[in-house]
Amino acid sequence: MTIKGKAYIAGAYEHPTRKAPDKSVAQLHAECARGAILDAGLSKSDVDGYFCAGDAPGLGPMSMVEYMGLKVRHVDSTDTGGSSYLVHVAHAAEAIALGKCNVALITLAGRPRSEGSSGTQPRSYGANAPDMAFEFPYGMATANGYGMVAMRHMHEYGTTAEQLAWVKVAASHHAQHNEHAMLREVVTVEDVINSPLIADPLHRLDCCVVSDGGGALIVTRPEIARSLKRPLVKIIGAGESPKGQMGGKVDLTYSGAATSGPIAFAEAGVKPADIQYASIYDSFTITVIMQIEDLGFCRKGEGGRFVADGNLISGVGKLPFNTDGGGLCNNHPANRGGMTKVIEAVRQLRGEAHPKVQVPNCRLALAHGTGGQLGSRHVGATLILERE
Amino acid sequence: MTTQERAIPAPAPNPENQPYFDACARDTLLVGKCDACGEYHFYPRRICPHCLSDQVQWVAARGTGTIYTYSTMHRGVPVPYTIAYVTLDEGVSMMTNIVGFAPGTLRIGQKVRVQFRATEGGIKVPVFAPA
Repeated sequence: MTIKGKAYIAGAYEHPTRKAPDKSVAQLHAECARGAILDAGLSKSDVDGYFCAGDAPGLGPMSMVEYMGLKVRHVDSTDTGGSSYLVHVAHAAEAIALGKCNVALITLAGRPRSEGSSGTQPRSYGANAPDMAFEFPYGMATANGYGMVAMRHMHEYGTTAEQLAWVKVAASHHAQHNEHAMLREVVTVEDVINSPLIADPLHRLDCCVVSDGGGALIVTRPEIARSLKRPLVKIIGAGESPKGQMGGKVDLTYSGAATSGPIAFAEAGVKPADIQYASIYDSFTITVIMQIEDLGFCRKGEGGRFVADGNLISGVGKLPFNTDGGGLCNNHPANRGGMTKVIEAVRQLRGEAHPKVQVPNCRLALAHGTGGQLGSRHVGATLILERE
Repeated sequence: MTTQERAIPAPAPNPENQPYFDACARDTLLVGKCDACGEYHFYPRRICPHCLSDQVQWVAARGTGTIYTYSTMHRGVPVPYTIAYVTLDEGVSMMTNIVGFAPGTLRIGQKVRVQFRATEGGIKVPVFAPA
């Protein structure tokens, strides 16, 4: 069994808002749902499967199916943090292949910016979270968790602050063309390393934005996709892999992508060198370097050298990435960047990215997400998509 | 030396890990060790994460180890503090704070020794300082 060729992404929508103090989270989900359904050229009554993660308010699908008035026969609320929506695309393809639904709707939305969320504040998941009592007292937040990963990467492989900065520089080159991006100013390596130190070795400009907003996707079966007027974006490979502290055998030098990537490439029957565009999760600059290595775009430890000198800039380098500006510059709705990673890959394959960043004749794209914390527990999820 | 230490938020123990915090109150650091597979693990639990045996023991660690990695939070917090993974001499790594060092002097691989600090609310937790 494989999902290769069993399902297509027929609708994609990114909410234009970056700050929504006057809207509810459910409302944002529904606005995204409407956008994706319209983008596909379908109607609400066509949707018979619904997918959401922990950002969905209330009891996930129970609350949101009612709010949106959906009539579905399949639901899935798998939560792997920010990578959930890549997992959902794969799970939707599985459900479609098995005949459990025909048109799957996936939504993400949140308003952490309006609610005052920050990457420097530790989050508690309560006493029943088995790891919490051993981490919460120490002030494990988001920024210092990734700071520890970056510190070890520098120690092991000689990665430099300047190399980390190149990831942000590339993202900013793309974001200048995105009218919705939070940060549209092109920055230099010096701008990044001269920005305030947040959690060493990470500076402010090594960190993603905090934004409100959301996005949605429609995944459907081949016959329905072909009946619609949109370009055909076929799902040809997927992988998912949790990685944690391994019972105390902590190794922060690799991520779940080292497992999910090869699974996805094997299913798709393609190699990293075949990929023309990559959406790479960019919660922090180090996240990108780690995943590029683990996905096989370069050897382990060479990610810093790989991203330097504009190698991620569309039209300049070998691996155009995050041409919407990514989480580093554009948008990181609900503190979960996986949805926008899929959406920009779909834009590239449709030829609908901004002309200044569109990869010519883009036929093969990868999207990868890291949900949770690279420094403690996370789930890597990889998708490989093909323009038919 | 660092001039001011951050107030440490209290952990919320549960029935499974209460013995760990009871030992902390006696300035003892416990790790898990499995009688079935012989492996140490951390954080300690009552089912071995390596082989799923329930024949696990609480074992007192020597309390010494080396810094695997660290990061000091400089912004958005009242007092800068340093989070780290320390690899204990028993071979397992644990998340902790590093205290009692001069700024700029920490390095990966540095030898450290456990101390115990009272959190807000009184429960003690292990932290590490240069040995």
